[in-house]
Amino acid sequence: MKPVSKLGLWIGAFIVGFTLFLAIFAPLLVTHDPFAQDLSRRLIPPFWMDNGGLTHPLGTDQLGRDYLARLIYGARISMLIGILTMVASGLLGTAMGVIGGFYGGRIDDFVLFAITARLSIPLILVALAVVALVGSSLTVVVATLGLLLWDRFAVVARVATMQVRTLDFVAAAWAAGCSRSHILLREVLPNILSPLAVVATLEMALAILLEAALSFLGLGVPPPLPSWGLMIAEAKDYMFFSPWVIMVPGLSLAVLVFGINLLGDGLRDLLRTGRTT
Amino acid sequence: MKTPLIEVRDVGQRFRVNSGLLEKKRQVVAVDGVSLKLMQGDVLGIVGESGCGKSTLARIILGLLPPTTGDVLIDGQDLSKLDRKERARLVQPVFQDPFSSLNPRRLVRDIVALPLHAQGDVTSAEMRKRVDTMLERVGLDPAMGDRFPAQLSGGQRQRVAIARALVLRPRIVVCDEPTSALDVSVQAQILNLLAELRREFGLSYLFISHNLAVIEHVATEVAVMYLGRIVERNDTASLFHAPKHPYTKALLASVLTPEPGLGIPETGLGDAMPDPANVPPGCRFHPRCPVAIERCGREAPAITRVGNGITECHLITSM
Amino acid sequence: MTAPLLEIDRLDIGFGPLSAVRGASLQVRRGETHCLVGESGCGKSVTALAVMGLLARNATRNAVSMRFDGQELMGLDEKAMSRLRGDRMAMIFQEPMTSLNPAYTVGSQMAEVMLRHRGGTRRAALDRAAELLAKVRITSPGMRLGQYPHQLSGGLRQRVMIAMALMCSPELLIADEPTTALDVTVQAQILRLLADLQKDLGLAILLITHDLGVVARTAHHVSVMYAGQVVETAPVADLFANPMHPYTRGLLSCVPVPGKVRPGDPLGSIPGMVPRVEHAFAGCAFRQRCDLARPDCAGTIPRRDFAPGHDYLCQIEPAALVTA
Repeated sequence: MKPVSKLGLWIGAFIVGFTLFLAIFAPLLVTHDPFAQDLSRRLIPPFWMDNGGLTHPLGTDQLGRDYLARLIYGARISMLIGILTMVASGLLGTAMGVIGGFYGGRIDDFVLFAITARLSIPLILVALAVVALVGSSLTVVVATLGLLLWDRFAVVARVATMQVRTLDFVAAAWAAGCSRSHILLREVLPNILSPLAVVATLEMALAILLEAALSFLGLGVPPPLPSWGLMIAEAKDYMFFSPWVIMVPGLSLAVLVFGINLLGDGLRDLLRTGRTT
Repeated sequence: MKTPLIEVRDVGQRFRVNSGLLEKKRQVVAVDGVSLKLMQGDVLGIVGESGCGKSTLARIILGLLPPTTGDVLIDGQDLSKLDRKERARLVQPVFQDPFSSLNPRRLVRDIVALPLHAQGDVTSAEMRKRVDTMLERVGLDPAMGDRFPAQLSGGQRQRVAIARALVLRPRIVVCDEPTSALDVSVQAQILNLLAELRREFGLSYLFISHNLAVIEHVATEVAVMYLGRIVERNDTASLFHAPKHPYTKALLASVLTPEPGLGIPETGLGDAMPDPANVPPGCRFHPRCPVAIERCGREAPAITRVGNGITECHLITSM
Repeated sequence: MTAPLLEIDRLDIGFGPLSAVRGASLQVRRGETHCLVGESGCGKSVTALAVMGLLARNATRNAVSMRFDGQELMGLDEKAMSRLRGDRMAMIFQEPMTSLNPAYTVGSQMAEVMLRHRGGTRRAALDRAAELLAKVRITSPGMRLGQYPHQLSGGLRQRVMIAMALMCSPELLIADEPTTALDVTVQAQILRLLADLQKDLGLAILLITHDLGVVARTAHHVSVMYAGQVVETAPVADLFANPMHPYTRGLLSCVPVPGKVRPGDPLGSIPGMVPRVEHAFAGCAFRQRCDLARPDCAGTIPRRDFAPGHDYLCQIEPAALVTA
């Protein structure tokens, strides 16, 4: 095994773990209320710039809210949406893929049709339309993304199930008199989880980016909730004079997505080598 | 007359396969009109080349594949009417590849316990005891129960597969090429173990192999399959010493026994390889048969009784 | 006696901390088949790959010498090696599908070998290919040239591989389990073909197999490998009549031979498993599984002569083994 990929796994795990830590313990970590406005203290630069100070380590935004507090609370939204969407789409997609791959025939034709239909839908457009029609809230964003991002889970689960289904240990389980549900859940499913774990990280990163995109367009989580996408959107008017207001959430987003992808790549290598030895 | 333990009556298995985007669906005849009996305590060997339908037949007898036509009776009961638990108590498999036949995500102990678990009425203490006894009986340390299959050698894995097959004390074990993936020295150990277990538990085996030396060693009766049909069946000694069908003769002639100085045999077989998607008319062996006559390409030979066995060949019938 | 075409003197191959081949020596003469027999992991395939210069990059290769027709192969650069490969020495593998390119026709793959080593026109190369397909007894060779590997049966593919290996009239053919994936009837046909080609062309064949039946019927000389060492070398009749090394004896007793072992009787078997061999491994690797093991089997093991051309690697003297 290459030590490089191991390093990537650790870096990725650290970034994701740290963000998760921030998200969970946000109320204990911040010294300022992320919603408290103070127009007299707006657009204070972060501590490394002139005029910056340690009262507001990352400065304040255009409404005088503490930027560090908003960033940490924003991590909450990003992680929440990322994880919930991943779980929802993962359950839906895996169930469809496994059932299609396991039963074959008509059922599989239907699953394949659903996957094709889903792939022909332009993601961001439908998400925009739904949010515009129903109105934006955390629940709506998670539900919409969850219903849109299951396709890759289904494709991977279906192919993996078709491969595992033909292996002799599944035949042996049938011959042992096991029930269909036992074979599906205990024999087939555990053996397709490793490729799905990789898909899960990819989808989580995608969900976080999509939420940011929706929020940037004003259709994600409603203000004043501090989402990173929303922070970028609000900052874009000030970026020429106060570049940090767009750099801080933008960089955070990029680092988190990078970390999740590193974690996914590392997991893939880890699970692949774990199999052959 | 005693009821046979397995009675296969005129069983056929056809598959439809897509051969290409624009081509028609083709029909593959895997098994065609096969009848056979396995008596209590016997070992029925099935030999044939790849694609002859022997593994399909094994899956039909295990109840994993409902045949397109015909019936299978196990101990006098219709296999298709047995529920899965009853079937599991009668017949169990041992497969060829000890790497794909064990679930890599489960402990050896759980793999062996699977048939007991599926019965649903065995307590976990009882299960543990029976698994340990079985592991020990197949020559494994019960401590190996707490390992994963990847931590075992090929021979040890095949022992685990045998323990799983025997833990319910079935009456029949279907062995589908159980030693083909193993090294010579390990193959001998597994064959010896299977022979001991048969005597000890009063088992009957359906033993499928392409290795004729192995079949001659283990089987009491042998059926030779070619393109989905049994072309000859007889007790082992008669089949190996006085083969009737030209295919059986060619097959036996091709065996390379480890005896130096005998050279490499001439099989006399043509190059037309058997293709189950394209079964020739008449006798299905005639394109490769060294002694085929004109009639062989025209009409299929009938099953003829010869001594204790049967065969299908015009040259035998007309004699 | 003529000099051997291939002469390997004390070859060592390692993969990281593990030793795959230890001091293996063997000789292959023109017009003869030398069988290298052993169970999986004994080092027989890597020995063949080492001769061809095809070892994986993480492998280390050392030898006192390795000569092909008098030319030293150790230290030969990749360019010189690739000139020899496919030209004067060729190799065929167990699964022909993995060594044939599925994207090219049989004809263009065969012609390519010729053009790379010998040049000439494509037309001439294709004619040579057709001639060789006929030689390996493939019917209608002209049509086969235009076919793709997946359109051929396993037996046909192996014949194509053999024909392709013969394109440049090699002097040495290395065959790694060439018939293991084939049915018995096809196996007999392919082995017969190899034997006939050897007679016609004076080929030296190094045949790697685990099948003692194949060894008995095809070999002139045999080397038995165990845990990376050649434990016994002998002319084929001598090996089967007087196996000396306890491992060879064990191996021979494992196969059911009609007339020797009664059906149903237990077969001989070798208890235990092959040990993990690291570079510092000392003594006989078979001693834990050997009935005749003695305390001095943990020391240096001598190579003993039993008869001309028949030697074995064991602590025990021939006289004591014959009566054992």
